[in-house]
Amino acid sequence: MNKLLKAFTKESAVVPLIAILLGLIVGAIIMLLGGYDPILAYRSLLETVFGNRYDFAETLTAITPILFTGLAVAFAFRTGLFNIGAEGQYIMGMTGATIIGVTVHLPWYLHAPLAILVGAVFGGAWGLIAGYLKAARGVNEVITTIMLNWIALHLANYLVNRFLLEPGKGRSYMVDESASVALVSLSRFMDNARLHWGMFFALLAVVFFYVYLWRTKQGYELRVVGSNPDAAAYAGINVNRGIVKAMFISGALAGLAGVFQVLGVFHTQVISAGHTGHGFDGVAVALLGGNTPIGVLLGAILFGTLSYGAAGMSFGADVPPEIIRIVIGSVIFFVAAPGIIRWFMKLVSAKKRKEEAM
Amino acid sequence: MDAATIGHMLNTAFVFSTALILTALGGILSERSGVVNIGLEGLMTAGAFASAVSAYWAQEAGYGALSPWIGIAAGAIFGMVFSVIHAVATITFRADQVVSGVVINFIAGGATLYLVKVLFEGSGETSLVNEVFHKVKIPLLSDIPIIGEGLFNAYPTTYLALILVGLIYYMLYKSPFGLRLRSVGEHPGAADTVGIKVLRMRYAAVLMSGILAGLGGATIAMTTTGSFSHNTISGQGFIALAAVIFGKWNPLGALGAALFFGFAQSINNVLQLFDFSSHVPSEFIYMLPYVLTILVLVGAVGRSRAPGALGEPYFQGKR
Amino acid sequence: MEQAKTVVEMRNITKRFPGIVANDRVNFTLKKGEIHALLGENGAGKSTLMNILFGLYQPDEGEILVNGQRVDIDGPNKAIKLGIGMVHQHFKLVHPFTVTENIVLGSEPRKWLGLAVDRKLAREKVGKLSQQYGLNVDPNAKIDEISVGMQQRVEILKTLYRGADILIFDEPTAVLTPQEIGELLVIMRNLVSQGKSIILITHKLKEIMAIADRVTIVRRGKVIDSLPVAGTNPNQLAEKMVGREVSLMLDKKDAVPGEPILEVENLFVKGRQGLNALKGTTFSLRRGEILGIAGVEGNGQSELIEALTGLRPVASGSIKVGGSQVAGEKPRVISEAGISLIPEDRHKHGLVLDFPVRENMVLETYYQKPFNKRGFLDYEEIGKHAERLVKDFDVRTPSIQTDARALSGGNQQKAIIAREIDKNPDVLIAAQPTRGLDVGAIEFIHKRLVEQRNMGKAVLLVSYELDEIMQLSDRIAVIYEGRIVGEVRPSETNDQELGLMMTNIAPEQGGADRE
Repeated sequence: MNKLLKAFTKESAVVPLIAILLGLIVGAIIMLLGGYDPILAYRSLLETVFGNRYDFAETLTAITPILFTGLAVAFAFRTGLFNIGAEGQYIMGMTGATIIGVTVHLPWYLHAPLAILVGAVFGGAWGLIAGYLKAARGVNEVITTIMLNWIALHLANYLVNRFLLEPGKGRSYMVDESASVALVSLSRFMDNARLHWGMFFALLAVVFFYVYLWRTKQGYELRVVGSNPDAAAYAGINVNRGIVKAMFISGALAGLAGVFQVLGVFHTQVISAGHTGHGFDGVAVALLGGNTPIGVLLGAILFGTLSYGAAGMSFGADVPPEIIRIVIGSVIFFVAAPGIIRWFMKLVSAKKRKEEAM
Repeated sequence: MDAATIGHMLNTAFVFSTALILTALGGILSERSGVVNIGLEGLMTAGAFASAVSAYWAQEAGYGALSPWIGIAAGAIFGMVFSVIHAVATITFRADQVVSGVVINFIAGGATLYLVKVLFEGSGETSLVNEVFHKVKIPLLSDIPIIGEGLFNAYPTTYLALILVGLIYYMLYKSPFGLRLRSVGEHPGAADTVGIKVLRMRYAAVLMSGILAGLGGATIAMTTTGSFSHNTISGQGFIALAAVIFGKWNPLGALGAALFFGFAQSINNVLQLFDFSSHVPSEFIYMLPYVLTILVLVGAVGRSRAPGALGEPYFQGKR
Repeated sequence: MEQAKTVVEMRNITKRFPGIVANDRVNFTLKKGEIHALLGENGAGKSTLMNILFGLYQPDEGEILVNGQRVDIDGPNKAIKLGIGMVHQHFKLVHPFTVTENIVLGSEPRKWLGLAVDRKLAREKVGKLSQQYGLNVDPNAKIDEISVGMQQRVEILKTLYRGADILIFDEPTAVLTPQEIGELLVIMRNLVSQGKSIILITHKLKEIMAIADRVTIVRRGKVIDSLPVAGTNPNQLAEKMVGREVSLMLDKKDAVPGEPILEVENLFVKGRQGLNALKGTTFSLRRGEILGIAGVEGNGQSELIEALTGLRPVASGSIKVGGSQVAGEKPRVISEAGISLIPEDRHKHGLVLDFPVRENMVLETYYQKPFNKRGFLDYEEIGKHAERLVKDFDVRTPSIQTDARALSGGNQQKAIIAREIDKNPDVLIAAQPTRGLDVGAIEFIHKRLVEQRNMGKAVLLVSYELDEIMQLSDRIAVIYEGRIVGEVRPSETNDQELGLMMTNIAPEQGGADRE
C-alpha cells in the first residue's frame, strides 16, 4: 500500500496527469477556434460514458481490445522491438478464433477455450514471422510488420471468403453459441451492451505482463535482450531465440484482442476493406503507459473512454469526434516530452535556472 | 503480353510510386540528419488535406488549371507546418523520436478530418475538385515504344518527383550542405566541434521532410482522387518509410524501392486482365506487393546500415 | 632567459556543474612555442578547463586572454577563429567519410557558385598540409579503413587545416604503441619548431618527463602547482596529482604457479570482416599466475577474448580449461567451466545500465539456484547476494535498487569485478580492467587481481597500458597479428623491447588496421 501511495505522488505520476490536462486544454482551444463549446463537449463526453449502463458497459468493451494490443506493443518494446504489426496479429488472432468457432463443434467448456487458444497461437505465429526474420536475417521488424499487416488483411479475407462464408452475406457464419464468451446475463443487466469475458482476460493479461517480465527467469532474459543485447549475449542468453519468443508472445497478446472481438462482441468475421486501427491504437496506449503494466492499463482506459465518448460529443455538442484524436495525440506528446512539461512547470513557478543535470 | 501492356504497366508503376518517391525523399533527409520520422503518414495526410481544400477553393475562385498547382503548394506548406511539431519535440525538447512520429500521425489524422467537417458542413469528404492534374505527354519522347508510354506520359508531379530525386541526390552527395547534413546524422559530436550547427541542420532536414511528405500526400489528392477523406492516405506513409529503409537511405535506392512497390501494385491491376487470374484468388493478388517486398528484403537487402546517430537526441556540449 | 610570449592566459576560471565544482579559480598560462602538460586524475578538471578554452563550455567566472587580448569564446567556431584547435581523446571522426571529407568538413572548398564541394582542391590542400608537417595521411582513405595512429593524425590535420596555432592534445597516447608514441612526440616537436604551442592533457608521467617543458597539476578542480619539468620527477608529480604518497611500484610477492589450467592451441578465429583475426594463437596459463597479453589494439585481442568466452565462433584450434575442451561452446557452458570475464567495455558487455544493481549482480547466474526457483526469480535471495557483494567490494551506491547507470565508472567496474570474482572461476580474464578509472580505483583493482592470483587462480590480463602489464604480470606474451610472437618476464625486459615486439617488423605499419 505504501508503495502504491508513493507511486502516485512521485514526480513521474504528476507528469502524466498534467499531460492529460494539457491535452484536454489543447482540445478545448481547438474547439473554441472552431466555434464549439468545449465545456459542453467534455460534459457530453463524460455523460456518454458514465451516463447510462449501456454506454458504460460498451466503453469497457471498447477498452478491452486496445488493452490487449497496448500490452502487446509494450511487451515488444520491453524486449527492444517495435511491433507496428499488432494490426495484422489482431486480424490473424480473430481469424483463428473464427475458424474454430465456425467449423468445429464442441461442448462449451472445450469449444471456447480451444477457440481462444488457437486464436492466440495464430496471432503469435504472425508475430513470430517478423521475429524470425529479424533474428535470422536481421530484417528490420518495422518493415516486415507493416507488410504483414496488409498480408494478414488479405489472407483473412481470403480464408473467410473461401471457407467460412455465409452465402449472400459479406461475412462468415455466426460463431457457435458454444464458442461465444459473451456475458449474457450481465449484458442484459447493462441494457444489452455487449459485455464479455474478454474483459477479465485482459486484466489477467496485465498481471501476466508484470509477472512474466519481472518475476520470471524468462522475463528477465527478455528484458536484458531489450536493454542491452551485448550484455545478454555475454550472460549466456540466446538473443535470437529471445527475439522470436518476444514477438510470439507480443503477437499472441494482439491476437487475443481479435479473438475476443469475434467471440465476445461480433460473433462473426466480416470481410474487411481496411484495418480496424486497434493495432495502431495499441502503439498509442503503450506509449501513454510508458510500457509499464499499470501505465498501459490506465492508458487503455483513458484512450477507450475518450474515444467512445467522442461520439457523444458529436451528438451533444455537434463537435466532430475526430477532435479526440487531437486530444489523445497531444496527451501522448506531453507524456513523451516530459521536458516540455517540466519547462512549463518551471515557467509557472518562476524558477529561472535552466541548468541541465547530466 | 504486348509492348503496349508493358508500357501501361510501367506507367501505372510510376503513377503509384510518385507519392512514395516524394515522401521517401523526405524521410531520407530527416533520417540522414539523425531524426527518425515515423510520422510520414501524418505528414502525407496533412498535405493531401491542404491540397484538396485549397485546390477546391482556387477552383471556386476561378483559378482554373492553376488550381492543382496551388493545391500542391499548399500541401507542401501544411506538411511543413506539422513537421515543425516533430522538430520542436525531438530536437529542442529531445523527446523520443518514435513517439513524436506517432503523435504526428494521430494529430494530423484527427485535425484534418476535424477541419474537413468544420469546413464542409459536416461532410466526411472535401468537395470534389475537378481541376486536377492531367497527364502530360512529352512530345517525341513519348512515342518511344514501351518506355515512351511508361515514362513520358505522366502527371507533372511525377516529373517533379524525378527531378527532385536528382536534385536531392546531388545535394546530399556533392554539396557542402549535404556533407554537413550527413555528418550530423553520423557523428553529431564531430560536426559540432568543427562548428556546424547540429540542431539547426536537423531542423532544416525535418522541415524539408515535411515539405516533401506534404507534397507526396498532395500528389495523391491532386492526381487520383480529387478529394480528401479519411482513407485518402491509408498506409502509404508507412510504405514510404519502408522504401527509405529498403533503399538504404539513398535517394536512388528509395527511387528503386518506390518503383518496385509501384510495379508490384501495377502487376496487381494487370494480372486481373489475364485468364489465369480467375483461378488465383483476388486476395492473393492484393497481397503480392507486400509478400514480394518481404522476399526481396530477406533475400537481397538483409542488414542495412542506418545513419550512425539515428534516433539519438543531441545534447549540446555533451562530453 | 628568453622571455617567451604568453599566448594563452586563463585567469581565475571557475566552472560549476550540479553538485561539483569542476574548476575552482584555476590559473593557467601557455607560452609560445612550449609544450605545457596538464596533469591530473580522471575527474580532476583538466578536460573541463580545456573544453572551456575550446568553447565547448562557458566559464561561470574568470577570463581568458589570447595573445594578450581578452576574449569570449562562446563556441568552437570562435576558438577556431582564435587559432585554437583540439585533438580529442575520443576522435571526432565520421567513419563512413574519407580523410579529406573529415578534414574539410565545415570549411569545404567550393566550386560552381558554392553549390558543390571542390573535392580535387580539397585533396590537394590536405596533401600539402600533410607533407608540410610530416603527417603522412592518405587523403582518399575512409576513416574506418585506417589505423588508429593515422586517425589521430587526421585529427591533428583538422586543426592545422583551420589554421590552429595553439593545439590542445587530449590524452593522445592512450591507444598508441611506444613506437607510435615516439612518432607523435616527434610530430609535436616539429609543430613547435614551426611556431605552434601545445597543451598536453595527460595522466602519463613518463610522457610528461619526455616531452613537456612545463607541467601544471590539477586536483579536484584546483591548481596544485605549475612548474618546469626539468626540475621534477615522476614520483613527485604523482604525489602532487593524488595528494598523498603513491607507490608507483606494486607490492607483489613472487608467484608460485601451479599446473596449467587454460591451454590455447593453434587457435584460428575469424574477425569482423571475415578474415582471420587469430592465426594460430598458442599459449598456456597456469594456476596462481598472471599472464599479461601485450599488444597494440587491433591485433586480435578482442577476438581472443570473445573466443575464450564463447562470444565468437572458433574456426579451428583448441581451448582447454582444466583439461576439458571448450572451444566453440556457448558462453554459458564456458562460464560454468570456470572462465570469468571482466569485459573491456563495461557498458557494452558488463552491465545493463537501465537495470538496478541487484539485477546486474546476477547477470550470469540468474538461472541458477537460489536465484531461480522453478522459473521464478527469488528477489530476496538476489537482494541478499547483491548486498553482500556491494559490501565486500566497496561498491559505492545509494542502494542495490539504484540503476547501474547512476554509478560512477569506478564503482561500475567494481560491481562487475565483484560479480565475476564471486563466481569463483578458475580463470579470470581481465580486459582493460582499469580503463578510464582514477588512481584509487586502479590500486583497488590491481590489488584484487594479485589477490586472486595469490589464491591460486589464473589471471589473463589483456591491456593496452604497458605499465599495467609490466606491473602486474608474472609473464608477458606479446600478440601481433593474431599470433603470440614472444614471451618474456617483466624483470627481463623493458618498454622499448616490448614495443618492438608489439610491432614485429616495421615500426610504421604495425598491422593495426584490421578492425
